[in-house]
Amino acid sequence: MPGLVNESLPMRTSLNAVHRAMGARMIEFGGWDMPVLYGGIVAEHKAVRTGVGVFDVSHMGEIEIRGPQSVDLIDSVCSNRAAALRDGQAQYSGLLNHEGGFVDDLLVHRVASDHFFLCVNASNQEKDFDWFVENNSFDAEVTFASPSYDQLAIQGPKALVVASRLTDLDLASMRYYWFARGEFAGVPATVARTGYTGEDGFEVYIPPTETEHVWNAVLEAGERDSILPCGLGARNTLRLEAAMSLYGHEIDDRTTPYEAGLGWIVKLAKPAFLGRSALVRQKAEGVRRKIAGFEMTGRGIARDGYRVIVGGADIGEVTSASPAPFLGKNIGLCMLPLRYSRPGQPIEIEIRSRRVAAQTVPIPFYRRARA
Amino acid sequence: MEYPNEYRYTQEHEWVKMDQGAKTALVGITHHAQDHLGDVVFVELPSIGTKLQAGSPFGTVESVKAVSDIYAPLSGDVTEVNEELLDAPERVNDDPHGDGWMVRMTVVDLGELDGLMSAENYAEYVAAEAH
Repeated sequence: MPGLVNESLPMRTSLNAVHRAMGARMIEFGGWDMPVLYGGIVAEHKAVRTGVGVFDVSHMGEIEIRGPQSVDLIDSVCSNRAAALRDGQAQYSGLLNHEGGFVDDLLVHRVASDHFFLCVNASNQEKDFDWFVENNSFDAEVTFASPSYDQLAIQGPKALVVASRLTDLDLASMRYYWFARGEFAGVPATVARTGYTGEDGFEVYIPPTETEHVWNAVLEAGERDSILPCGLGARNTLRLEAAMSLYGHEIDDRTTPYEAGLGWIVKLAKPAFLGRSALVRQKAEGVRRKIAGFEMTGRGIARDGYRVIVGGADIGEVTSASPAPFLGKNIGLCMLPLRYSRPGQPIEIEIRSRRVAAQTVPIPFYRRARA
Repeated sequence: MEYPNEYRYTQEHEWVKMDQGAKTALVGITHHAQDHLGDVVFVELPSIGTKLQAGSPFGTVESVKAVSDIYAPLSGDVTEVNEELLDAPERVNDDPHGDGWMVRMTVVDLGELDGLMSAENYAEYVAAEAH
């Protein structure tokens, strides 16, 4: 139940002691004590791009919706169209407020027509649950299910071969953004072909009592493929290369999907959902600002929160930026007035009172080759 | 990790190696500092002739995740900069007390050395910081 979150002490996943014993460096993220790296961010990042890595992402929240009108509840508060899902299919969506801003971004999985499984951000999970409950005028039951699930993400071009060693589920035939329920490492699991790295991979939801067993089984199954345990540091650089949004950075309660470049998750054809009228208006008028990718052309590394300068004027903020370990460049995402947001715009990033040249570029920065 | 006995160390995790005759000093960051930072991807150093003030930042070292200031352990002028770090910042990880050195500087006041830690004291300081 909400209320479990202790305001003063960071929460711990069931693998906390395991991470520490493995020598992980721990940081607080979204109210959780999480591993930021084990050996090094660069090695972990490259393992996921070229081989396979496993992440403990048990801090992520889960909400379950059950009942005959589950889909109606979801479609009334989320921007994408849950009614389009079939059993075993997942979709990325936005949980929106009345202004069309993000309460959160989330993954919606249809288990059955009367049962949906949602994966939400750790730091937003209670707010999200409350928002569903507050807007639930349907024959649907909303459950705060985070305590019942841990999540491991197995990511990389070798994720399929490694994960397949642990289950009889036909993962090779599973399509991107589909999932199945079955045994994984001998444990009842939900295995989804989803991820937050820009790579092929699986996100595996399991009971917290079994997490240590599954974690060890994954590391063992991946040993011959040189699997690496990966922390939130690599998770962030991987998602940044893939230009995936991070709540509190590219998106928040004042940013709409259109501004975030996520217009594809907005289904205005739905007759009604929270924020729809604001989004209809914004679409008609056009957005004034938009997320853009950039690459440093001068010597310097942009970081979250740095200012973007054009012609001496401060025009926007860097929402996420970092060295990109696989691309070997210094990249970032920023929120810019529309007229500066197209690729090819020369900009400057203010790095500790020094202005360093950069240029907007198409996103994603990295796109995997698909078979 | 061994901290060289002939070096002196700051609380901000820089090391100083005095040359013969104690006219100049070589400065870098410690093994502990590079380990804490992780993969170093960028080093920003002052130009030759820059006047350094003991305790003031004179450069930055960046890992994938973090930016960290480098503080001058002593006061003096920069006489040499390790240009190789511009293209090979990973040397700071690979050999923090050797090839990963950052600047050579003149030493104005040898008395400032008294405020720095010995290898033994620094090792204890790092061990205490870990708890």
